[in-house]
Amino acid sequence: MATNMVERTFIIGAGQAGVQVADSLRAEGYAGEITILNDEAAFPYQRPPLSKDYLAADSAGTALPLRGPDFFASKDITLRPGAAVAVDTAARRVTLADGSTLGYTHLVFATGAANRQLPCPGASLPGVHALRTLDDAQNLQAALANAQRVVVIGAGFIGLEFAAAARSRELEVTVLEFAPRPMGRALSATSSEWFATRHRDEGIDLRLNEGVASIERAGNGLVVESTTGDRYPADLVLYGVGVAPRTELAEAAGLATDNGILVDSGLRTAADGVLAVGDCASFPNAHTGSRTRLESVQNATDHGRHAARSIMGHHTDYAETPWFWSTQGNLRLQIAGISHPDDLPVLLGDPASGKFSIALLRDGVLVAVESVNSAADHIAARKLVGRGIALDPATLTDPGFSLKALAKTSLAVSIPA
Amino acid sequence: MPTITFTQSTGEAAEITVEEGTSLMRAAVTNGIEGIVGECGGQAMCATCHIYVRPEFAGQLPEVSDDEDEMLDCTTAERTHASRLGCQIKMSGPLANIVVDVPSDQV
Repeated sequence: MATNMVERTFIIGAGQAGVQVADSLRAEGYAGEITILNDEAAFPYQRPPLSKDYLAADSAGTALPLRGPDFFASKDITLRPGAAVAVDTAARRVTLADGSTLGYTHLVFATGAANRQLPCPGASLPGVHALRTLDDAQNLQAALANAQRVVVIGAGFIGLEFAAAARSRELEVTVLEFAPRPMGRALSATSSEWFATRHRDEGIDLRLNEGVASIERAGNGLVVESTTGDRYPADLVLYGVGVAPRTELAEAAGLATDNGILVDSGLRTAADGVLAVGDCASFPNAHTGSRTRLESVQNATDHGRHAARSIMGHHTDYAETPWFWSTQGNLRLQIAGISHPDDLPVLLGDPASGKFSIALLRDGVLVAVESVNSAADHIAARKLVGRGIALDPATLTDPGFSLKALAKTSLAVSIPA
Repeated sequence: MPTITFTQSTGEAAEITVEEGTSLMRAAVTNGIEGIVGECGGQAMCATCHIYVRPEFAGQLPEVSDDEDEMLDCTTAERTHASRLGCQIKMSGPLANIVVDVPSDQV
């Protein structure tokens, strides 16, 4: 690169990851130009509250911004509305939907993910909603005010967060889940079953092993027919059946993708000066030893900070501990680390008390902890997982044991697996 | 309407007007108060809206929940007896014109 060339970082996507890259670049002393391309009409905002506080009956009704109104101008960051339609990595140039082109020295894909469509007849009928953007949340908030019967398709995080919000408004809520248990991809059986019980206790009709077959219009409302042939009248249908990374632009530019844009431990793609961060990036995960793609605030912000250092020329391997949370009504789920269905679950505490954690051991090493209404365990777990700490299940179930004490005193004794 | 004054470690202060029921974190983020991040969106999950509440308002604050207590152990700047998470304090009558100090570091 010629030394007289103006440094310019172009970030595609104004979500949590994209905005963090820009913020961290300035914090690191980056003196070049920074432009963030925002393909939504709204000022950059936080997504997680949209399925929680935003939909509650006492909601403030306004989005929580990612940064204050003067942030971008004060940091000399250009926030540009629009969408990118092509990237030429050889010429280091991006073409926007309005036909304009922009050169870059560094390009960051922060394109996020998009909701998977519901693969059944009637999925696009009015009254059938998805939830990802502020537009979606505003539509739902309005629809909730006029709904009595709600059917939720998919008992994942989004589906259950929404179901709990709808139930707190005293609506009739049915949740259809084709799998045998809720949040089955993310949680151990014990935690998953505990949540199923608590949601049912709150009056949610949670129907497992029962997917959606079709949605039809019926009078002023809708009827959802399930895979068992049961029919559920609804004023409002919300589906949350997973997301797919937005990789089309990267693929068209010739970048390698495989459930995400492939990056190295510095979050760099194979193309010179091109990085990917957040939901859209498939990265070598130090915690699993394999490539992963994560959808979380932690992943977005830590990727953003790491990518900024990478752009500044400080190359280290990304190894932040992944953590996640979901709040469903007054139930708080927090997860540190990434578990696998084959991991050994060890129960800490008593689920009947409403507070417990599940430690997950792989070959005797602590790899993840799921905590339910147990912040102390979770905070300790964030410090403990990923450090190769070997634990005997008998130690964990000792009445005197606590993760917090273990983290604090670093008394972890490595026991050969 | 009530006000909140955020004082930076440099001594610079910003007074903002908020509606009752708004959390200190939301008020700070919405108004671009430097040093209040609110990364988790107000769920007491990230400890990036750490503030120090001036003693004259301490008696009017809601109790520290277990969740907040654990998160306050994870703040980047030192936890003191005045430490709170801004997301857990909602504006109400007795807190009108509250003054808080913003730590020098949040992340």
